[in-house]
Amino acid sequence: MNVVELTDVTKTYPGGVRAVRGVSLDIGYGEAVAVVGRSGSGKSSLLNLIGTLDRPSSGQVRIGGHDVAALSDRQLSGLRAATIGFVFQQFHLTPGVAVRAAVADGLLYSSVAARERLRRADTALERVGLGHRLHHRPHELSGGERQRVAIARALIGDPPLLLADEPTGNLDSASGETVLGLLTELNAAGTTVVVITHDRELAARLPRRVEVADGLIVRDEREPGVVPFAARIGAAR
Amino acid sequence: MSAPPRPGRLSPGDVLRVGAAGLRSRRLRVFLSALGIAIGIAAMIAVVGISSSSQAELDRQLDDLGTNLLTVEPGRSSDDKPTQLPDEALGMIARIASVEAVSAVARLPDVHAYRNEHVHPAQTGSLTVYAGRLDLPETVGLSPVSGRWLSLPTADFPTAVLGWTAAQRLGIDGTAAQPQIVVGSHRFTVVGVLRPVPLAEDLDRAVFVGWSAAAAYLGFDGHATTVYTRTAEDAVVEVRMALPRTVKPGAPNEVLVSRPSDALAAKMITENAFGGLLLGLGAVALLVGGIGVTNTMVISVLERRSEIGLRRALGATRGQILLQFLVESLLLSALGGLGGLLIGVVVTGGYAATQDWPAVVPLWATVGGFTATLLIGAVAGLYPAVRAARLTPTEALAGI
Repeated sequence: MNVVELTDVTKTYPGGVRAVRGVSLDIGYGEAVAVVGRSGSGKSSLLNLIGTLDRPSSGQVRIGGHDVAALSDRQLSGLRAATIGFVFQQFHLTPGVAVRAAVADGLLYSSVAARERLRRADTALERVGLGHRLHHRPHELSGGERQRVAIARALIGDPPLLLADEPTGNLDSASGETVLGLLTELNAAGTTVVVITHDRELAARLPRRVEVADGLIVRDEREPGVVPFAARIGAAR
Repeated sequence: MSAPPRPGRLSPGDVLRVGAAGLRSRRLRVFLSALGIAIGIAAMIAVVGISSSSQAELDRQLDDLGTNLLTVEPGRSSDDKPTQLPDEALGMIARIASVEAVSAVARLPDVHAYRNEHVHPAQTGSLTVYAGRLDLPETVGLSPVSGRWLSLPTADFPTAVLGWTAAQRLGIDGTAAQPQIVVGSHRFTVVGVLRPVPLAEDLDRAVFVGWSAAAAYLGFDGHATTVYTRTAEDAVVEVRMALPRTVKPGAPNEVLVSRPSDALAAKMITENAFGGLLLGLGAVALLVGGIGVTNTMVISVLERRSEIGLRRALGATRGQILLQFLVESLLLSALGGLGGLLIGVVVTGGYAATQDWPAVVPLWATVGGFTATLLIGAVAGLYPAVRAARLTPTEALAGI
């Protein structure tokens, strides 16, 4: 089973803009995929569809085995809480909220007790190498550190799927390198990582690249010899 | 296929924490919009509190003085001539079964009191000279703040007792030095000064002399002008009905009977009517405060679209977003409400202290005021919260 299954998906916005014009895409558990395309290619719409932030106009979207069309808004929220971790280009850290609390909020909507959330926030921050910055506020951190906080927030719930939207877009190359390294590590530990980017160099570092243009997939290439993680452990999920 | 995913549940503590988080980051704005609510609540609490305190003071006075005091005065005859109370009126009244005490004063309209002989006769200080009976204090509830009431045998001699206001106007602050004043054309020694008398305020401006001294020195004819009657508490109405015929069986219409406690209560009602106006003003302030809260919340939702988007991405349902902003609005109003209660209580306490009243803020006012703020918070927050919840995750994430 695949964590992401898109079948003949289209997305037409009010006003007639067809952002996605018939996309079929399967992403298996444990893969690391770059969705690459210019701005306006439809890759952000694709991200919203994969992230269940938006519903398709036609076609089927299945995330973690659930048909998005069959789920209510509440159930979709539950699906996002349990299955998907998001990392955004703009970090989305609330000013004035300490790092530890911001990361703990990643589990706020997952029925986890407050004390346990904080404990797991500490672990997640250790994992991204910020264990020493628990009580700092966003403005006291560098851009790279902020994005690592956002990654910690995305991975605190241990979601099978991590969606990163231009995760290095606002970072200098050194910070970008750290963030990419972190995503690679997470993937090695079993998380499916999907990176949406316009940066071909960045995309080239991932084992699978899906190129999008004009709302269609124009190329889908895999690094030869790279076996998805799930295949290695026998599709345990 | 696995079971449909279920959204997470927020504990009450989380709901409060998330609602409060939005307030912490915008303290000045929160303070100002809470202030709007606080002013409204404070105004209402203070109005209710001051009016209740004044009521409590009245109750205390009525308790002290009793509501069973009746006064009898001569009215006008059917051909509109002034009349007099008969000499035997006191004796007749005392024979009514439920009457517990009866006493009288007689006003001496042509006699005035002065500090000394050098004061111009026109400067009467609006003081009134009364002949007072010896049992007047027990009946009306007079007590001396200094010295004592008239008693035999001094009441036959030129001695006087001053009402509270009269003593102030004459510049007498005690009886220790045996000060003298001039009444009519005679010197009288002041033997007592009375406490203020709430039930019969004209007695505060009175200069009392003995019944027989008035006759001896001031040309008093012996007719009482006001008879004070204490009755059993449960017989006030009957006695009031019976008094005119008892005093003047032949012409009961020439006798005026009144109950001073009624006048006090009536005065109270007039003050309350004024309070009602202020209460309305407080309600308007509260309404404006509520609009301020809505305004703050609408701006808050606009500014925090990306936060809403993030929360939706983290798994918040529409309902949880709605609840977050509703709780934020409720907390904002509650903050204002608590502040307003505090200000209202302080104002009431301060005002009561200056008036020497007991400070009373009724429980219903505090509970009602706080409930009103919560209601306002809910109503004011509903529209912004619904707007926040209606944002789709993508709209919210796109808007910065």
